[in-house]
Amino acid sequence: MISRLLAAAALALVLATPALGADPREQRIENRVMCPTCHQLLALSHSPIAERMRTFIRTQLAAGESPHAIEGDLVDQFGPAVLASPPARGFGLLAWLIPAGGAAGAAAAVFAYARAWRRQGPDDGGAADVSPELLRRLDLELVAYDE
Amino acid sequence: MHKVARAGAVALVAVLFVLLVVHMATAQRGAAVAAAVAAGKQPAAPDFELDRLDRVGTLKLSSLRGRVVVLNFWASWCHACKDEARTLAAAAKQWQPRGVVFVGVDSQDFSSDARAFARRFGLRYADVHDGSGSLMTRYGVTGLPETWTVTRDGRLAAHIGGVADTRRLGSAITRARRA
Repeated sequence: MISRLLAAAALALVLATPALGADPREQRIENRVMCPTCHQLLALSHSPIAERMRTFIRTQLAAGESPHAIEGDLVDQFGPAVLASPPARGFGLLAWLIPAGGAAGAAAAVFAYARAWRRQGPDDGGAADVSPELLRRLDLELVAYDE
Repeated sequence: MHKVARAGAVALVAVLFVLLVVHMATAQRGAAVAAAVAAGKQPAAPDFELDRLDRVGTLKLSSLRGRVVVLNFWASWCHACKDEARTLAAAAKQWQPRGVVFVGVDSQDFSSDARAFARRFGLRYADVHDGSGSLMTRYGVTGLPETWTVTRDGRLAAHIGGVADTRRLGSAITRARRA
């Protein structure tokens, strides 16, 4: 039983070794870059060019290049669309501004609605809508009922 | 206040819709080019100017007017392109002395890998780099390799989807030469 547990532990260690040994910077780049042929995150893609890009990233990191410079190299090779997030300039700026503008607009609308609602005052249950004539008749009927 | 918010929301949706339509129209244009050639028509070949891999500088398709052009889309990571490379090298050797220009469009690839591939398979013709694959979209290329022939006046004459063999390549070049 103990030998089986030891064997399972050894197998788990062998399987986990590549993940444990992976450079976290490599993982970070793979989560910021797209596969140009399948349009998935590089971290999720297994296309031939994705495997080649992984090798490139690993080699460049080993050669001492910074993640920022490696992403720049990939943009030089595959164009700006290789980045998972569009650059915050030119046309790409729209992708950042539209969601931010939408969120700001929604917050302003909620604020304006809440303010207008507050100005209306508390709900009086609709008593203000009852005519004085009806109230007078109600009083008369209640008096008659008490008697 | 409500009117301003409503107008803003409508404008936002309109902008997003226009962007979607532009994106879809670009993709459809490429597919339309391929469909037109399949229907026997000869639409204008989408022009391009891309960096060369075989030498310094760029190559513009329209600068080759007056000559029949074989346009081959490929990549070094594409296995089928390896099967096709020797056929293309032999065809270029056969047809280039007769005035036919061969142009390789290395797509979605590292330029260093492409140069090594061209050396390995003896591809002695112009190669350009389309790293983003945007030219593929304009030609409606859905997989690699694909080959087009262009007439002397810049119209698409024939399309070969997949690996081009000597017979199909010869037939596509002949069609472009006769147009």
